[in-house]
Amino acid sequence: MMNHELKMIPAREPPVMAVGVLAWIRNNLFASTLSIVATLLIVYGLFLSIPPLVQWALVDATWFGADSNACNREGACWAFVTARLDQFIYGFYPAEHQWRPNLFFAQLAVLVLWLSLKWTPGKQWVLGYSLLLMPFVSWFLLYGDLPGLEKVETHQWGGLMLTLLLALCGMIASLPFGVLLALGRRSNMPVIRSLCTAYIELWRGVPLITVLFMASVMLPLFVPEEVVFDKLLRALIGIILFQSAYMAEVVRGGLQAIPKGQFEAFNSLGLSYWQGMIMIILPQAMRLVIPGVVNTFIALFKDTSLVLVIGLFDLLAIIQAGLNDPAWLGNSVEGYLFAGFVFWIFCYGMSKYSQRLEQQLHQGR
Amino acid sequence: MACQSTASDSNNNYIKGANLMDELLDRSAIKDSIKKDEQAEVDIQHESGIDQSTLIEISGLNKWYGQFHVLRDINLNVSKGEKIVICGPSGSGKSTLIRCINCLEEHQEGSIVVDGTRLTNDLKNIETIRREVGMVFQQFNLFPHLTILENCTLAPIWVRKQSRKDAEKVAMEYLERVRIPDQANKYPGQLSGGQQQRVAIARSLCMNPEVMLFDEPTSALDPEMIKEVLDVMIELAQEGMTMLCVTHEMGFARTVADRVIFMDEGQIIEQAPPEAFFSNPRSDRTRKFLGQVLNH
Repeated sequence: MMNHELKMIPAREPPVMAVGVLAWIRNNLFASTLSIVATLLIVYGLFLSIPPLVQWALVDATWFGADSNACNREGACWAFVTARLDQFIYGFYPAEHQWRPNLFFAQLAVLVLWLSLKWTPGKQWVLGYSLLLMPFVSWFLLYGDLPGLEKVETHQWGGLMLTLLLALCGMIASLPFGVLLALGRRSNMPVIRSLCTAYIELWRGVPLITVLFMASVMLPLFVPEEVVFDKLLRALIGIILFQSAYMAEVVRGGLQAIPKGQFEAFNSLGLSYWQGMIMIILPQAMRLVIPGVVNTFIALFKDTSLVLVIGLFDLLAIIQAGLNDPAWLGNSVEGYLFAGFVFWIFCYGMSKYSQRLEQQLHQGR
Repeated sequence: MACQSTASDSNNNYIKGANLMDELLDRSAIKDSIKKDEQAEVDIQHESGIDQSTLIEISGLNKWYGQFHVLRDINLNVSKGEKIVICGPSGSGKSTLIRCINCLEEHQEGSIVVDGTRLTNDLKNIETIRREVGMVFQQFNLFPHLTILENCTLAPIWVRKQSRKDAEKVAMEYLERVRIPDQANKYPGQLSGGQQQRVAIARSLCMNPEVMLFDEPTSALDPEMIKEVLDVMIELAQEGMTMLCVTHEMGFARTVADRVIFMDEGQIIEQAPPEAFFSNPRSDRTRKFLGQVLNH
């Protein structure tokens, strides 16, 4: 008979792969004939396009000047942007009051840094301030009409300041409305369910431009003059109502992904509907929909440029207006590139922040 | 009556399948045996030597999923401290029955009284009953975004209005009793299935319930982990907890049950103390079921 002596096999290191820069290049760029051809083609394409672009945008560019004539025709005319930067940022906000938008920007920067850095304390309070108080504080800071703060009419607002304000208020307000609508659409109560469904389907079915036109042109026709409030505020409310419908569907997707057992578990423990929703279901659902929510936010941020159709001068509109200035004719490429760049910076920032948030929330699970 | 359940169910496929089963099976034999059992049930109620104060009183309970009649004329009284094991083939309505007790499923006819409170449409009423009835699920259903300790303290703090400190103290006591106090600050996803189910039991116990419902608590576990959960349940039974347990663990039924109930086709076919149930089942259906469950 064989002697069955049990031998346990000890754990071993995995085989060492070929490492180093050369190995990486060989594996990823020159692995096969096809990949060699593709690599060479791409390198050639980059060689053709990058140097002229750098030459035009940086080397030959004119950075400062009083009008188009100061610009070197070979390169980009960034003088158009630098000369009008004030207007692009503040719109027609009176120069002596520009410390107020500056304070608004500074506040945003501090809040964003506070929320994105790892070691800052009291994040929940900062978040609470950002979501509940910040929009109102910002509005009163910019609008004034308070003791010590002169009133600055909203038709003087514009540029990046207006874009940020519209986007921020739209995001912050549409999220809670969206959550409520999503909960309503999944409610067991038929009246609430059909109302929420009708709302969502109605607002999702119309283009944002229509909503903005209705808010700016049609509303004053139907409502007595003394009741009609500020045009910017009307546009903002339109954006919020529109965006909450989209947000509701994103959040509903997250709610549907939560297993039925979670609902049963909190029910069987005697927690009420709202306790269960707020402490059990929503924290899990919101975690799942971060990519979708940020996607909606980014879309909203870019959609704010549509307010130009109702005569509000957001960043894009004010750059377009500047292009028509006789002193700066022929600078549309530079103008649109700048607008695109600024929009990209903010959208990319949001995307990065959301990725970070997802990582942080998945730690320990 | 309508329960305020937050999850919406879709049982259509299930219903279609079960209706088909209904038609295929000849149920006349079962019906004969039920008549005999009705008398037997009365006998058991008098025989059992345990505390006679009734904790749960179910009478004339009927439930339908759409057209499908899942629970049919269920009458069941549970005394304080009694341990009941409910068994039967899948689709027989045993889980549905215990889920009706804390209103996770709504029933259409009949009455359920738990600890003197009659289950009605009223939301407050349902929450009162749910506070007194603990439930352990097949899939554990721990809250994955909360630590083990937070899982256990959430309901005592928000429903029983205990202070965080008291709730944590109680939770640690129960976690010690289910032998996992050292995992208190981990998340459910970091625990094994058996550990998670023991946490689920502790979470229910933290609410200090009058009765515990177990809905196939070991069915989702690896064989190696079944024993650790059953041991906790046996201890709980020995301490005098009132328990209703849907399970296929016949060894557990023999050890702790005061009464074993056999269900099929939405009705109670037979109920008896475990010795009688296992050694001398009265209906053919029960005999057949036991033959399949015990001899494999």
